[in-house]
Parts: sequence; C-alpha cells; structure tokens
Amino acid sequence: MKYGVDEHGYYGDFGGAYIPEMLYPNIEALRAQYLKVLNDDDFKAEFDQLLKDYVGRPSPLYHAKRYSEKYGANIFFKREDLNHTGSHKINNAIGQILLAERLGKKRIIAETGAGQHGVATATVCALKGLECVVYMGEIDMARQAPNVARMKMLGATVVPATSGSKTLKDATNEALRDWIGNPEDTHYIIGSAVGPYPYPEMVAKFQSIISFEAKKQLLEQTGSELPQYVLACVGGGSNAIGMFYNFLDDESVKLIAVEAAGKGVETGHSAATTSLGKEGVLHGTRTILMQTEDGQVVEPYSISAGLDYPGIGPQHAHLFKVNRAEYVSATDDEALNAGLLACQLEGIIPAIESAHALAHLEKMAFKPGDNVVICLSGRGDKDLDTYIKHFGY
Amino acid sequence: MNRLQNLFANKKSNLLSIYFTAGYPELNTTLDIAEALEQAGADFLEIGFPYSDPVADGPTIQQSSEKALENGMTLNVLFEQLQQLRERVNIPVLLMGYINPIVQYGIERFCKKAAEVGVDGVIVPDLPIYEYEKLYADTFKQNNLSNIFLVTPNTSEERIRKIDGLSNSFIYLLSSSSITGSTLNVSTSIEDYYKRIKGMELNNPTIIGFGISNNASYTKACEYANGAIVGSAFVKHLAMDDYLKNIPEFINNIRPRS
Ligand SMILES: Cc1ncc(COP(=O)(O)O)c(C=O)c1O
Repeated sequence: MKYGVDEHGYYGDFGGAYIPEMLYPNIEALRAQYLKVLNDDDFKAEFDQLLKDYVGRPSPLYHAKRYSEKYGANIFFKREDLNHTGSHKINNAIGQILLAERLGKKRIIAETGAGQHGVATATVCALKGLECVVYMGEIDMARQAPNVARMKMLGATVVPATSGSKTLKDATNEALRDWIGNPEDTHYIIGSAVGPYPYPEMVAKFQSIISFEAKKQLLEQTGSELPQYVLACVGGGSNAIGMFYNFLDDESVKLIAVEAAGKGVETGHSAATTSLGKEGVLHGTRTILMQTEDGQVVEPYSISAGLDYPGIGPQHAHLFKVNRAEYVSATDDEALNAGLLACQLEGIIPAIESAHALAHLEKMAFKPGDNVVICLSGRGDKDLDTYIKHFGY
Repeated sequence: MNRLQNLFANKKSNLLSIYFTAGYPELNTTLDIAEALEQAGADFLEIGFPYSDPVADGPTIQQSSEKALENGMTLNVLFEQLQQLRERVNIPVLLMGYINPIVQYGIERFCKKAAEVGVDGVIVPDLPIYEYEKLYADTFKQNNLSNIFLVTPNTSEERIRKIDGLSNSFIYLLSSSSITGSTLNVSTSIEDYYKRIKGMELNNPTIIGFGISNNASYTKACEYANGAIVGSAFVKHLAMDDYLKNIPEFINNIRPRS
C-alpha cells in the first residue's frame, strides 16, 4: 500500500515507537505477534462472527435522501452509530480483546476521553471475563458521568487520572504508566489510531472494516465502489482511518478529515491539530501535535470530548503532509447545528464528534451525481445533555 | 574523554548520582542545588528538564515537573542558567528529559548548547535505539555527549549486548519495570537480575536507579553495580524547608561518610 507503514513503523516521517525501555518488551511482543495472530484462521473466524452477531455488522450504508436533496449530491451515511455500544470504537475493542486473549493476557487497561472507548473496552472485557481498568481524566469523569456508571455496571474499575490537565492525554499517560508497572499480564487496548507502532497500524486494520463494507455497499447501491468524496471526523483518527483505509490507493476519491475547531481555530480554544500543531512526539509516536515553543503539550478544547486530543495518529500526519487527504475543521456551533439538522432531516441524533463531519457539507460544492460517504461514527445519546442545553429543548 | 568517562575510569564502586528537576521548587536554584550536591559528595548529577507528559515518571517527579513548568522553566531558561555551570560545579552532569522538548529545540542546537555549557551526557527515556542510531548518534558523538540507555529486568540478553555496544560511559539499570518513585522490594528475583547482569561482564559500568531511596537500597545496589542513582527521594527532600542547607544530611543518610 502506497500510504502504508514501513518495517520500522513509519508512515513517511511519522510514526515509530518512542517508548521507554520498560515498554519495549511489550511493544516488541505485539509487533512480532499481532500480524501472525490477525492472519490466523481461528482469529479471523471469531472476529468476523463477533462483528456480525455481537456488534451487528455490517453497519448499513444509508442513502440519506433529504440530505441529498439539500446538498445536491448523493449523500450516504455509514452507520457506525448502530453498532453495539453506539460507536465505531467497538470494532477495535473486539479485535484487541481477541488478540489479548491469544497473547495470554489476563488484565486489560484502557484510556478514555468521552467514555465511548472505555465503554467498548469494558464491554468486551465482560464478554471475555477479563479484568478491566479504565483510566479517565478526573475532569472528563465529571463531564461524562453516565458513561462512568456504564463502565462500572459492566464490571470495569474506573481510575481517575489526576495528573497534568486531567483529561484524555493524561488518562493515556496513566494507562502507559500502568503498563510499565504490569508488563507481563496486562494488555493495553488503546482507543484510537495513535500510540507507538504497531498500535496505529493495528487499530487501522481493525477499523478498516468500515471502508471494506462501504465499498461493497456502494457498488450495490450506486454501481461503483468508488465515491467522489469520503468524510470523517478526527480525534486521534480511528474512525477516519477506518473510513479512508480501502480508498487510500484510489486517488480519484477525495478524502476529507474534519477536526474540531472548538470555539474557532484562532481563539485559543480549539483542537484543530493540523492547523495549530507542529511535528513532535506524543504518546510514543512521531506526529503532529499541539504544543508550545518549548515542546510542552497544549491542552486542546472541543465541546466534543472524543475530539479533544492534542495530536492525530501518525498515518493522518502523513496523509496530511503528502496531501492525500484534506484536513479541515468545524467549530462547536457548526457541529451542534449539523447534529440538529441530522435529527430534523433524517431522524438521526449523531454523536457530536460525528456531527463535525456532517458540518463540513455546508462548505462543499457538489456536482449533480456526486456520491459522498460520511462516517457517522457514533450516536448522540451520550450528548443529549449538551444538545439540550445548547438548543434549549 | 568527557568528565563522565573520566569518573568511571577512576572510580569503580559506591558511586552516587542524584537526580533533580530543574526549576523545582524554585526557578533559579538549579546551580545552588548542583553545587550543594557536589560539596556533599555526590559523584555526578542528573538535571531533569521538565515535560508536560512524563510517562516514565511517578507522582513525585510528575509534580516537580508541573511545578517547574509553572515556575517558567524551559530549555532556553535552563541553558541560560547552565552558562555558569562550570564556574561552580566540577562533577559530571547529565541532562535528563523527554524527546519532544528536544525535537522542538532542535537536536543539533540542543547538543551544541549542552556541550558548550559543559554537560557530559543525556538520558532520554523515550528515545529508542532505532531512532537514536538513525537520527541522533552522530550529533551526540560530535558533541562528545554520552547517551545513557536504560535496561530493565525484562530486557533480553541480546538487547543488553547491543546497548553495551552503543554506550560509552555507563548503563542505567532499572531495579524493576516501573515508573520512577516506586518502592523497591529487594526480592530474590531482583538479586537474580542484578547477578545476571553482573555475570554478563559488560564493557560499560552499570548504575542502578529507580526505587533507591535510603542506605539499605543504596548499599544493596552497590553490591552488584558500580553505584546507584537517587531521584524521587531527593525530589521529595526538595519540598522541605531548608532543603539546600540539609543536602549534606540527605547525602549522608544515603551514603554515610566513611
Ligand atoms: C462517536 C465518536 N466518534 C469519533 C471519535 C474520535 O475518535 P477517533 O478519531 O479515533 O475516531 C470518538 C472518540 O471518543 C467517538 O466517540
């Protein structure tokens, strides 16, 4: 694959495994074994079966008629919101729990921001009867209390991350610290296409089911497996890389990644990483991240906790640098309005994360007959409070 | 030879190194602390430059880093302070910190500046071997800086040999796979690990760190290695009143004057 990873874990200038020696044996074991495990027939059979019977895949590709009318193109929603647990995060969690099981791990750790990945991880741990510890920023625990309760109901221990800015990046630090202290029995299920190699590659592979299905569904519905445009929101970039993956080598397909601009890119309250970031190293990977001149990581802001991450996955940094995908942003208000529009035109309440991707439609000009696929990465139940407060229902 | 290599050529046992975070507890006491440590008998120093996301550090060093950043410590400020390093301090000095601030500062500029102010080596826990060899080794060598690698109980023999080949001053042995500041249980498995390393007869001296906080753990470490490093315990000391004045007592408690 032209945009794929090299043998050292790099996508062009980005990627690698910038980890302390304490994590080297874990990362090395993963690197040496994950492909073997993923290509194993027994693994594939169980992965496919769980995605089908437990997650509910394939997720529909829905031709949104009223959206299509409004925007003058054929708009399709890839319905990851209909997955069990309500977002694309479960695809990766299922893949990694099966891997952890085959590596003989007994204890699972994860980080979470909004709680979606934490819930997905707690879910698969319940499914497999494995111990689950989820790190979550103290501030996020307060913002996303229902998801905290959900994880606990599912049997997980939720540990507040009280260091640094007490949000997603600090939860990730705490998970890495836990792993350093428990290298032998524990597997770290990272929640996005970030982290040291092989994580970005592995997560992308698990999420690539999204575009694998979409291609087939497009062929059935439009007569061609290639659309003109593919859109997805980007936090760390897992739903976006999954949505792009099988289109990367089809250069005619325009790939658009939508970051969270928060209150506006230039307001100092934003998570628009490619606009505001510089190259550096975050959570074990060389990528683009928001930082001060002195190389201190800057705490981003977005109304959507799932997009509130100061970096992007290394493959996205590469796709950005070589211009294979376009990186744009939507503000809080644009996303909230787009979310409401989806309710009113299609009867779908999207996650505020996914609503960022929808918001970009407003800024695009289509030719009649253009086919456009948007990844609806999650459902908006978790965001009802925010929507309700904002619109005053 | 840099000062570090000199030290190891002349002193083979009971070495004591102290880590502290620059800019903690006060912005401008970096050299005062360094000087006091030398006078109290420390053999070499590790001066940490703070980072917002120190994944290999426990709460003590995390908090010192946060405070140092709040106080305004940056690499620019640190190098400014270190201009006078060699007027006041003779023992070897290492800089310790994470890779991202170095990337932003610029690796060449960082190494040049470090050499210019009289730094002898660098410890960057999140700089892996592959990246070091490919991108950094030449610059380190040109500036006569030693790069210090970590080895844990889980590091394979093959990898330890490779690290030994890449090292030119000492190897940093972690007492266990842990973040900084965890308490050390001297168990039989740790002793087996120390013995295993000792039995490998490496070319480089070894210094044990992480969890060394008192005379007992220091003495045990010195049985198997050329010395030990105290970090979190000293950073805790810095939180107390009269931390400068009491540095001799702190050192004496770890390694009593003979
Ligand atoms: C519904 C939804 N979409 C998107 C994201 C962003 O993550 P990623 O960029 O990895 O897809 C999240 C993260 O929590 C999410 O919950």
